[in-house]
Amino acid sequence: MIEIQGLTKKYGSFTALDNLNLKVEEGVVFGFVGANGAGKSTTFSILATLLSPTSGDALINGKSVVQEPREVRKQIGYMPDFFGVYDQLKADEYLDFYGASYGLSSSEREVLIPQLLELVNLTGKRYEYVDLLSRGMKQRLCLARSLIHDPKVLILDEPASGLDPRARVEMRDILKHLKSMGKTILISSHILPELAEMCDEIGVIDNGRLIAHGNVATIQAQLQGDKRIIVKVINQLERARAFFEEDPHISSIELIEERNEIAFSYRGKPEDQVKLLQKALLAEIPIYTLTEEEKDLEDVFMAITKGADTE
Amino acid sequence: MMNHFSNPVLLKELKLRFRAFKSFSGLMFYLVVLCIFVAGFLLVYTQFTGTGFFRPSESFAMFAVLSMLQMGLVMFITPGLTAGAISTEREKQTLNILLTTTQSSSQIIIGKLLSSVAFLILLLIAGLPLYSLVFLFGGVSPSQLITIFLLYLLTLIAIGSIGIMFSTITKKTIVSMIATYGAMIFLAGITAFFFFIGMSMEQMSMAQGTSTNQTPFSPITYFWASINPGALMLTILYPDLATSLESLVGISLPIWIVYIIFYCLITILCLTIAIRKLRANMKTNR
Repeated sequence: MIEIQGLTKKYGSFTALDNLNLKVEEGVVFGFVGANGAGKSTTFSILATLLSPTSGDALINGKSVVQEPREVRKQIGYMPDFFGVYDQLKADEYLDFYGASYGLSSSEREVLIPQLLELVNLTGKRYEYVDLLSRGMKQRLCLARSLIHDPKVLILDEPASGLDPRARVEMRDILKHLKSMGKTILISSHILPELAEMCDEIGVIDNGRLIAHGNVATIQAQLQGDKRIIVKVINQLERARAFFEEDPHISSIELIEERNEIAFSYRGKPEDQVKLLQKALLAEIPIYTLTEEEKDLEDVFMAITKGADTE
Repeated sequence: MMNHFSNPVLLKELKLRFRAFKSFSGLMFYLVVLCIFVAGFLLVYTQFTGTGFFRPSESFAMFAVLSMLQMGLVMFITPGLTAGAISTEREKQTLNILLTTTQSSSQIIIGKLLSSVAFLILLLIAGLPLYSLVFLFGGVSPSQLITIFLLYLLTLIAIGSIGIMFSTITKKTIVSMIATYGAMIFLAGITAFFFFIGMSMEQMSMAQGTSTNQTPFSPITYFWASINPGALMLTILYPDLATSLESLVGISLPIWIVYIIFYCLITILCLTIAIRKLRANMKTNR
């Protein structure tokens, strides 16, 4: 379990993280989304014990990243957004080195390395030099490395960045498998739809503050704001407009004459929406269809990150 | 038990070092320089005919110059091996991953230092067959050879520690290299310069009669001489020089004692700084 308590990180006058509070239960895949510079990597660096917070703390399975960093390191597997490899090591030697670095015995490493390479589909590359592997393979090898000491928590900073579509799918499949193994996974990305596919919960971070937190549907509802409703009528477009204009929940009415449609923003409860429809039928407005325009996750992300860009 | 004493960084570094072509080219360069010197020395002393003979005193001169040359090479190579130890990991973006393992900062720093020291010891051992030529002609005692090698070892560990420290506290390898070579030049050259200035000033004041007492006492001049690797080597090779130096500066403490203390302190200080600064972004160094 991960518990972040009032985490703040300041660099001089710049606040990279502002009183971040978050709780991720065991076995949950949590997606951290935000624009570049929003504070995702700073949060992950603190959780990975690479950076001290200015104030606040984070507990990983009850161990404090500030007070017990060495204990925390035993609990986590960390994959940074950018990482290098040792040129002259082969894939199995790379994993062997990190296994030894986590204090695993040589007999334990001998058993684990083939299993991990199989997990990340790199069995055939066991004796290849690491620097000769493709980007996607290196990412998968780095993921295997983060699993070498069987951590309960995985902290993956943009694991799919820079990968081609096939490599992304492979990475996603591996993460699904890890989720089925009961790992608590904290994963970041600036691509919201990508996270929505594999995460149980999502947190949206903007300018160092967590602005939304919950499951994907909740986040979408929380961030979407006003609904956009499109009503198609048979003739009588002007009469229909006059009718809808009277409703206090409606704003930004737009006529689309070539399609006989009226589009408007609606800010009301579902019950109000039912009443509006009933009133329209009683007023004999010839409504042919009424649809709610769906914003996709990309639109939601663009909307929330627009604020960050303009500030 | 073995697991407790093993150092993964050391083993990895040794593996990487001995796989790299530049290690072997460096070793070859080192041996070629020594071979050229030894061959040149022999040819000069035998008048390029090969028919002349080689006296034990000449053999000792060859040993002395060979030892000085070897010290120079060690001092030249050590910064190159250690000044990039941590900064290269940082530049290659492998350091962050290493720091999230359960290895302590001291394990990482010591592993890095020992791997460099191991390679330098290999260089010294690889040069031993050339030293054996000296024994072929006589004039050198085994104890002198052992003392010289212990001097190399202490010096290379100290300079290696300086390199590791600069590599930890600076972000760029090039800056670390410049700083380490600067420190090396200070220890080998600037200290000698200060020593000669101190000696000149002492002799001038003695000649002008401005000195208050007749027996000289120059602790600072003594200090410059005692931390200079070349000066210590000369006093080991020619013990008469040690006596002359002691009478010149008015301090009878053998300079090797100060040398050992100074270089051990440098090593401890530099390694402590490196260990503390490795996880610079963390409040605790655990």
